[in-house]
Amino acid sequence: MPTTEPAVALRGAGRRYGERAALRDVSLELAAGQTLVVFGPNGAGKTTLLRMLATLLRPHAGEVRVLGHGLPDDGYAVRGRIGFLGHEPLLYRELTGRENLHFHARLHHAAPARVEQLLEAVGMRARADDPVAELSRGMVQRLAVARAVLHEPELLLLDEPLANLDPAAVAQVDPLIGRASGHTRVLTSHDPVGGLPGADVALGLKGGRVALLAPAAEVSPEQIAELYA
Amino acid sequence: MRATVAALLRKELALELRTRESVPAMVLFTVTTYVIFHFGLDRNTIDGDLAAGVLWVTLLFAAILGINRLFVADHEQGGFDGFLLAPVDRTAMLVAKAIALLAFLGVVELAAVPAFGLLLGPSLVQALPELLVVLLAADVGIAVVGTLVAALAIQTRARDLMVPLLALPLLVPVVLGASQATAPLLEPSGAGALPGDWLSLLALYDLLFALIAYAVFDFLLED
Repeated sequence: MPTTEPAVALRGAGRRYGERAALRDVSLELAAGQTLVVFGPNGAGKTTLLRMLATLLRPHAGEVRVLGHGLPDDGYAVRGRIGFLGHEPLLYRELTGRENLHFHARLHHAAPARVEQLLEAVGMRARADDPVAELSRGMVQRLAVARAVLHEPELLLLDEPLANLDPAAVAQVDPLIGRASGHTRVLTSHDPVGGLPGADVALGLKGGRVALLAPAAEVSPEQIAELYA
Repeated sequence: MRATVAALLRKELALELRTRESVPAMVLFTVTTYVIFHFGLDRNTIDGDLAAGVLWVTLLFAAILGINRLFVADHEQGGFDGFLLAPVDRTAMLVAKAIALLAFLGVVELAAVPAFGLLLGPSLVQALPELLVVLLAADVGIAVVGTLVAALAIQTRARDLMVPLLALPLLVPVVLGASQATAPLLEPSGAGALPGDWLSLLALYDLLFALIAYAVFDFLLED
């Protein structure tokens, strides 16, 4: 029987670092197949939100449900169904791109052929045997995109996924992590003009609190810019 | 879990082969220390309790160097997050890291034990089979406790201080058991019998800390 439960649901979710509250009383729902774009100045809580949804941080308040499972108790059930692309590429610098992807493929029980398919898709086949330490930041980001989608996740958590990518690379990774990929997506952006069109829901965070939550079609770039004022 | 351990272990060995950060430093440390003992004691040969003590204290301090580096790449390059995002048993990391550290110690001892015999003189040929048993029993304990301590210390700012401060007290029984088991093997009159009670102590220690590590390791990786 098809489930109608949202892919992501937060009710009063909060997270502290010591005494400092990084997220406070965040409530939202995101249906499967939809895209949530999160805006906010540095330190607003965007990365904390993504890491909490990725099971890497425990919520300290409220309820967090991802793909029908409550976190952190059911974290094991959603790992492997999430693709996470954070600020760090999660690649070992001394290993080659191919070695890194094969390593993650083994952890996620993905077929080795998927590695070659993704190296081709992100345009990194020619440099796949170079150590990651010798690649440009854009190339590393392309490998990180390949790593994030290696196991064909249902939910993508993307923290400024297009950072360091040139227009050609953006076009290469778009079928994997863009709206056309069909994934449920939660992504962060600082671009009020470019961030809204691909999204269904827009969330603005300021000081860890929800400052804006509305259908993306109803939000103007000016409202986003106000978050940064 | 076996496939996950194999994947992690393969990655550990590949990283060490590329960076050569741990094993060469550990080998250099042990050989240099034996040279220092050679000149510091002003003796060409030592035997019995003293020889066993010098052998094991040096190997223990060399192990601390390897323990300090055990999780550095994972911590600095996002390896922890990459692992935690995967739908795998987290104990696999404990097992893989402990096996990797055990392998590093084995390679170090391939160089350190002959250097010890060469510089400080006790004849090791006759005692070698029994010595290998003691080395294995002690190395397992060092590897398990070292992995546990390294996983704890990597989360702290003072990692380099925390590893020796935590590991050395915990590893006192290993040095005690290994030295006492090794001393009769290094007697000038020739290798004596391997003391079974000290070897049993080492085996019990290994089992106890393997169970403790299994019980608490997941919590060390948790946020």
